[in-house]
Amino acid sequence: MSKIEVKSLYKAYVAGNGRGPEQCAKDQLILKDVSFEVKERSFTCFVGPSGCGKSTLLRIIAGFDSPSGGAVLVDGRPVERPSSKHIFVFQEDGLFPWMTAYENVAIGARWIEDKKERHEQVMEYLELVGIDGFENHYPHELSGGMRRRAEVARALITNPDLLFMDEPFSALDFMTRMHMREEMVNVHAMFDTTILFITHDIDEALQLGDQIIVLSERPTEVKADITLDFPHPRDLGSEPLAKIRREVYFLMGLHAAL
Amino acid sequence: MDRGTLRRRISSISGFVLLILVWEGAIRLFHVSHYKLPGPVDVGKGLLELAGSGVLLDHVIASLFRVTWGYFLAVVTAVPLGLVLGIWRGAREVINPLIQFLRPISPLAWIPIALLWLGVGDPPAIFLIFLSSFFPLVVFSMSGVESINVTYIRVATNFGLKGLELYMKVIFPAALPSIVTGLRITLGTAWLVIVAAEMIAVKSGLGYLIVDSRNSLRTDYVIGGMIVIGAIGLFLDHMIRKLEDLPGIRWHGKQR
Repeated sequence: MSKIEVKSLYKAYVAGNGRGPEQCAKDQLILKDVSFEVKERSFTCFVGPSGCGKSTLLRIIAGFDSPSGGAVLVDGRPVERPSSKHIFVFQEDGLFPWMTAYENVAIGARWIEDKKERHEQVMEYLELVGIDGFENHYPHELSGGMRRRAEVARALITNPDLLFMDEPFSALDFMTRMHMREEMVNVHAMFDTTILFITHDIDEALQLGDQIIVLSERPTEVKADITLDFPHPRDLGSEPLAKIRREVYFLMGLHAAL
Repeated sequence: MDRGTLRRRISSISGFVLLILVWEGAIRLFHVSHYKLPGPVDVGKGLLELAGSGVLLDHVIASLFRVTWGYFLAVVTAVPLGLVLGIWRGAREVINPLIQFLRPISPLAWIPIALLWLGVGDPPAIFLIFLSSFFPLVVFSMSGVESINVTYIRVATNFGLKGLELYMKVIFPAALPSIVTGLRITLGTAWLVIVAAEMIAVKSGLGYLIVDSRNSLRTDYVIGGMIVIGAIGLFLDHMIRKLEDLPGIRWHGKQR
């Protein structure tokens, strides 16, 4: 059984009131008939032009936004509200700026009753993401990369069933982004988590994804649903991957960029 | 002290030096009568007289006492009310228009009512300070909650924070910078209003000192009193600004 099933999902700005997607004015329609499935413990990347409904799509699956029509099933049940087992790492800084890195990560460890155990867990996860020694720093005292790490630690410490990441590394510099990419591969190998990851970086999707879903411009439809069955680390220059890369570029209308 | 700080210190002091020079120069040049405008030296002597006899300290304490009470009462009522209105939309829609209507009425317009209701003495003066701080503080607290970044609320919901924990860990700290700005601005207003209130309702305080000195044509005391008011206002602002440097508040305006 699939972990997530998205069936004929559509979303319009104005509440649809039961009207089908064809009745909505074109500029009000964000998602139009989106369907796909995600396997348990897989890493799914969403790529698509900026301004398409990628973030909206993820917010709906996470339960922060409701669809105008269609269905989203997680473990066979419709999504109704956000869950503390489905953690969303937001595009902007989602760390609480009035809390230190330690206090932020501890928010994710609220479910641990025993104080000593909670403390040990928080320290362990801070170390896991490599920001131990900075636990008493406030977010504005950390670099962009460290802030992302703290946020990932806060998400992972909940032992999430689903992990949503909305362009988490897009604001980072090139080197930091490459490091974070590598570490996401490790994180996925270490944790039994299904990850849904939005990126506008096609290479990032090819490095990370078990599945790449290529989305169109608004109103968003699924242009392609590609399965990537390659072990990590991946060489994007190798022939089968290079071929998929060309395909994705082509699908996104980037003929001259190759 | 590094060179930049030293330079700024000198610049900020030189403005005062310039004012005193122009003041003294103007008096000598235009032969201004002592009653209209005494010179800086005379005002300094007057201030020393007031301070030496202990009168000045009594007036300062009287004024600070009233400001402290009025301001304190406003803080403990307005901040909780503002937070509740920020969270509870239904109540906000009823109460907010009322507050917006009452807010532009100067506390000074309330003086007759204050005297009628509370007689003379400290109560009407404290009441006026309370009014001057209350409405702006409600608005600052309320908009502090209203303008919380939606991401913080989403994150809190995502991690299952609700009820009291949501308010204490997310909503209140997120609104705190706006509340602190409100505290700073209203303390300034309270200090402005106390002088006016003391000119009418009471027989002590810096406002009273100024009016009383004018009646006895002691213009040097009038200007001395003004200088003390300015200095205390500056000191109060300096102290409350320290709140903005607290670790839970410093983040404001430093995001990215």
